[in-house]
Amino acid sequence: MAPLLELKGITKRFPGVLANDHIDLTLEKGEIHALLGENGAGKTTLMNILYGLYSPDEGDIFVNGQKITIQGPTDAIKAGIGMVHQHFMLIPVFTVTENIMLGEEAVKFGGFLDRKKAAAKIKQISDTYELNVNPNAYVRDLPVGNQQRVEIIKILFREAEILIMDEPSAVLTPQEVDELFKIMRILVDQGKSIIFITHKLREVMECADRITVIRGGKVVGSTTPKEADTKKLAAMMVGREVELKVKKTKAKPGNTVLHVENLRVLNAQEQFAVDGVSFDVKEGEVFGIAGVQGNGQTELVRALTGLLPPTEGEIEILGQETTKERPRSITELGSAHIPEDRQKDGLILAFPVSENLVLNSYFHEPFSKGIRLQFDEIAESGKQLVEKFDIRTPGINTPVSSLSGGNQQKVIVAREFSRPIKLLIASQPTRGLDVGSIEYIHKRVLEKRNEGCAILLVSTELDEIIQLSDRIAVMYRGKILDVLDVEDASKEILGLLMAGIKPSDEMKQKITKEEQIILT
Amino acid sequence: MEKQKQVQKRQSATAIFFDELSKSPGLITFLAILTGIIISGLLVAATTVEVYEAFSVSFFHGMGEIFKTAWSTYSSLFLGAFGNPKTIITAVQGGDALAIRRAINPFFESLVQSTPYIFAGLSVALGFRVGLFNIGAEGQIFIGALTSVYAGYAITGLPAFIHIPIALLAGALGGALWGFVPGFLKAKTGAHEVIITIMMNYIAFKFTDFMINGPMQDPNEYTPKTPWIQESAQLTRFFEDPIRFHLGFFVALAVAFVIYWLLFKTTWGFELRTVGSNPNGARYAGINTTRSTIIAMSLAGSLAGLAGANEVLGLNHRLVPSFSSGYGFDSIALALLGKNHPFGVVLSALLFGFLRNGSRQMQLKSGVPIDIVSILQALILAFIAAPAIIRTIFRLKKPEIEEESIKVGGWGGN
Amino acid sequence: MAVANSIPMESKKVHKHQSKSRRIVMGIIFLLVAAVIWFVFINGTDASALTTFNMTPGGSATVMSDWAFSTTKVLSILAVLCAVAGAYQLILGFQNLTNGILGLVAVMFIFSFLTWASSGGSLNLAGLLRVTVVRAVPLTLGAMAGILCERSGTVNIAIEGMMLIAAFVSTVFASLTNLWIGMLSGILAGALVAYIHGVLTIKYKVDHTISGTVINIFATGITSFLSSKFIQKTEFQYLNEPGMFPQVDIPILSKIPFVGPILFSHNLYVYAMFLLVPFLTVMVFSTRWGLRLRSVGEHPKAADTLGINVIKTRYMGVILGGMMAGFAGTYFTLGSSGRFDELLTAGRGFISLAAMIFGNYHPVGAMGAGLLFGFFDSLSAKASILKVPIPSDFLGMMPYLATIIVLAGVVGKSNAPAAEGKAYEKESL
Repeated sequence: MAPLLELKGITKRFPGVLANDHIDLTLEKGEIHALLGENGAGKTTLMNILYGLYSPDEGDIFVNGQKITIQGPTDAIKAGIGMVHQHFMLIPVFTVTENIMLGEEAVKFGGFLDRKKAAAKIKQISDTYELNVNPNAYVRDLPVGNQQRVEIIKILFREAEILIMDEPSAVLTPQEVDELFKIMRILVDQGKSIIFITHKLREVMECADRITVIRGGKVVGSTTPKEADTKKLAAMMVGREVELKVKKTKAKPGNTVLHVENLRVLNAQEQFAVDGVSFDVKEGEVFGIAGVQGNGQTELVRALTGLLPPTEGEIEILGQETTKERPRSITELGSAHIPEDRQKDGLILAFPVSENLVLNSYFHEPFSKGIRLQFDEIAESGKQLVEKFDIRTPGINTPVSSLSGGNQQKVIVAREFSRPIKLLIASQPTRGLDVGSIEYIHKRVLEKRNEGCAILLVSTELDEIIQLSDRIAVMYRGKILDVLDVEDASKEILGLLMAGIKPSDEMKQKITKEEQIILT
Repeated sequence: MEKQKQVQKRQSATAIFFDELSKSPGLITFLAILTGIIISGLLVAATTVEVYEAFSVSFFHGMGEIFKTAWSTYSSLFLGAFGNPKTIITAVQGGDALAIRRAINPFFESLVQSTPYIFAGLSVALGFRVGLFNIGAEGQIFIGALTSVYAGYAITGLPAFIHIPIALLAGALGGALWGFVPGFLKAKTGAHEVIITIMMNYIAFKFTDFMINGPMQDPNEYTPKTPWIQESAQLTRFFEDPIRFHLGFFVALAVAFVIYWLLFKTTWGFELRTVGSNPNGARYAGINTTRSTIIAMSLAGSLAGLAGANEVLGLNHRLVPSFSSGYGFDSIALALLGKNHPFGVVLSALLFGFLRNGSRQMQLKSGVPIDIVSILQALILAFIAAPAIIRTIFRLKKPEIEEESIKVGGWGGN
Repeated sequence: MAVANSIPMESKKVHKHQSKSRRIVMGIIFLLVAAVIWFVFINGTDASALTTFNMTPGGSATVMSDWAFSTTKVLSILAVLCAVAGAYQLILGFQNLTNGILGLVAVMFIFSFLTWASSGGSLNLAGLLRVTVVRAVPLTLGAMAGILCERSGTVNIAIEGMMLIAAFVSTVFASLTNLWIGMLSGILAGALVAYIHGVLTIKYKVDHTISGTVINIFATGITSFLSSKFIQKTEFQYLNEPGMFPQVDIPILSKIPFVGPILFSHNLYVYAMFLLVPFLTVMVFSTRWGLRLRSVGEHPKAADTLGINVIKTRYMGVILGGMMAGFAGTYFTLGSSGRFDELLTAGRGFISLAAMIFGNYHPVGAMGAGLLFGFFDSLSAKASILKVPIPSDFLGMMPYLATIIVLAGVVGKSNAPAAEGKAYEKESL
């Protein structure tokens, strides 16, 4: 019998990039097929093609052995394909019902919305698959985990047989991820089939029936969790042997550089995103802050760097109070900041590399005299930094926008590290980067630590936190639940903390023994 | 890179020349203007009765008539803007000073018309550089005119070299106030500057109307007019009548240079451009975006205010209700035409000034209403804003690096 | 699961927190209104003064006798009512009714102002309100044009230009044929201009405000050009005699004293406004069509993933908006002046924009804003007969000031569609 879904020779080119190169993929009925690959490998592009958002340059798609053409999401929906996107496709000001029925509305009198009828159907789906969603709530009021379930119902509402889930775990706590996997199992047991896109090995091993690895837009291998071994999978994903652990000496913490006490910060919605946080970061240590996205880390970093004034509490950098200081005076104290969103905050994309490299020092000699900018000096320093930090760019006058993500991040690192700094606040420093760039940045960060710089690392990637940190704090709903030495921290304990559960000491010991085996 | 070179080797030199030319941004500007002129010419022809009469004779007659109409329109526009060479030569040969002045007046009058465009264009361009859409230049011009005229007639007994700067400064301050309000609201509350400046325009119109009809009305006049400004506040004229060419033009050029220097050569301009390009990045880099926004909008307002001051101090010497000029809206088009660069603004202001002046002559001579210039400006703006249209018409290649386009976004703020 | 379920409760708390600051601001506003009525209006009035309102507009057949009352007594009652509302709002809050109460307090304030301003004399209240309704027509229709465009994601500052072109076209066609064809041609002209706006913004991804500016400049140019070339000249005078839609008294309703002449004795544009407002409200918020329209204005990518044709829907929104603006434009010639003059829209398109924002992108709100702005408009025309020396120019400024205040967030944030003004890129890396 023909497989439920078959992709043959899918190819897609973007200007300058071959995103998918003759990809073949099959999906059998009732299986979870994981599509594994690192950021930028072409997974999402492939799925966007399958869902009709992009059109392929070459290749065919077969459903139940029948060749189909998918020119838009309508065709995909008709063919029984649904997709949960990495960035949710939900309209915050619409209700759950409105979001779900959009495009497939229940109507009466030839065009008037029948919200009740749709809500009843949603309720029924929600009950069948144990999804627990209130159809009348506004999406903007729902927590992320529930929003994801709304996305799943959206697909089931359209009676899809094939579900594509694009990095569904990225925004969830480990416990919510377990919950999601349970839901995925229920779906498969009820006869649905799932393509599961991820770059996390652990998840693949845990929930997939079959695994296909893609790298650089090509399929590099296919296997099952039983046969696979994580180390080999990692190598397949990256294309070379990867050292899963960074070598790190024991920290020699010195004086306190950053002191935070009872900090409370309001976010844009006037909630306390940071709610009574206290900690110290010392010279020569990496203090990691773990937590699921949206638990106040962003606001914490913004408060520390002067971008968002806190409502209560105290921040001290090198013994000086900076609670109400502006960003400039904080950087001038010798603090550096690698922002969470490099394109939005860290760079002026339209400006040339050289000017981005002096973005927070242009007002100093020798880059300016009085109010006059000294372009020769700026260019000279730019050339040196490009060389020193191995930034791949056609020239220092090239706009940063035309650099790759990794090189853009290097521009930021070069700019921040070229100043004499005593404190580094790095927020998601490797988000969306390829493995090579990740390794590079990790190395540089640890170098800084060994030079005696105090480092605050905020990351939602547990692996990164565990690899780099000397001490780890876990943030949950604006509070720091616990601070652990890295030796005492295990994924399971951190996971529980990230879900807001403080494990007892017994539990900690038990878990530590059991769970040291699983890598990444 | 190497591949590209190889490909180019196989092409002939002319092909390479045209290839390079087609990628240059200047070409788009040129073609946008050209296309606008052609379409406007066709429009004039299409609304001319003689053209239809000629077509009823034969197709060739019709085409000829189209060409004739367009030609007579544009030649009278050209002569109106630059002066008629024949008249100039005759006048120079005749040696009569008045006749010479009359003959060369069109050219200088065009410069006079360009002057407020330079100021207002700089105002809009400066706004765009900081990411602000100053649609309120018109209102700022009114207020600038109002305050400068006040300083012009109320202050007495000063020598010109002090009174003129004071009156200009008064205009700049008035405009600055009108720019400050939207700048402040944008920076502090996120209120969208487009709507706020539109509203500020109407408030300015009403306020000016009120002032001219009330507190500032010349008591000796029955109709609403302000008193004449002191002679010491009048911008110096360089020739006798009828040439109205005055000091304002050189002030405008100087201001354009200062703005250029500030924007591109100083830390302050770096900050403004950073805010304009990426406000989040600017904030991260420690730039005070609130202050930058407020200062930039105030400065933009003061430039537009200078345009108003220039008009009353240089030409009218008093403020009358029908002062409305439309300079403020035209300057949006010319700022974009000048790529928001001070020097580009000066060039496009000259173009607009010459068009404006020439069109009057054109209306007299060939009966084509002056409003054709607005149509031309709208077309040029459309083509500049959507270069893809020009590229499609002329089959040009797309440049490898997208030009940065202006983005304003919705009213919601932020 | 327990974790996930506890979060919604917290977000409810958030909403309470949010509404708290708004509750206090509103309460203070209400109290301020009460204070102004008490300390400014009552203090400045002689205790024995009478206010007389004429309740019949000039030239109306339906007569109602004048209404005379003691100025200070009525003002005291209104001040107390506002103060009570303010106190209640501060302590308990009106919750969902807040906006309604705000409207009520605004009406009371305006009524107090009129009472005060005309104390010792008389004011034709009915005439004032009748003119208010008339003046509100182009503003409300224009604002609804804006709603159709902006709800579907296209910013439209070209309402003014669309109105102007429609006004011109309708004049010419109505002069040549009849009023109905004239109106239709105006609507179609609006649609055509809107289509150009759509092509520029949707296809060529020109910034919406710039495209709108192009259209406004073009509209000014082309209508003035054609007007001075043809219809203002005597030999083409016949092209500028479109006539006007007559006033139609609605049977029975127009006979109601006071209300009848104000609401039910107009030409078809006023009735069209009354019908279009609820019609559009239902269409936008209760139909499949409206849900899809709003979805492309809020999150086009989400709509696209559900098979909604974003581009087509946006074109539809813009063009329907253009038709509405065109209809509004024909009001100026066929419903109000009976001829075309250069720039006869006089910036009403821009005030429509303000009315749209003021009305929070909702047709009912837009009509409320239109009526409010229309009221200031009609009051400024009567400013000279008021006792209080407020220059008409200052009354004329009120709509603009009010809009600035709303935009500055004093009365609460307006809910602009999230993806408004943003081009939709289907394939992007």
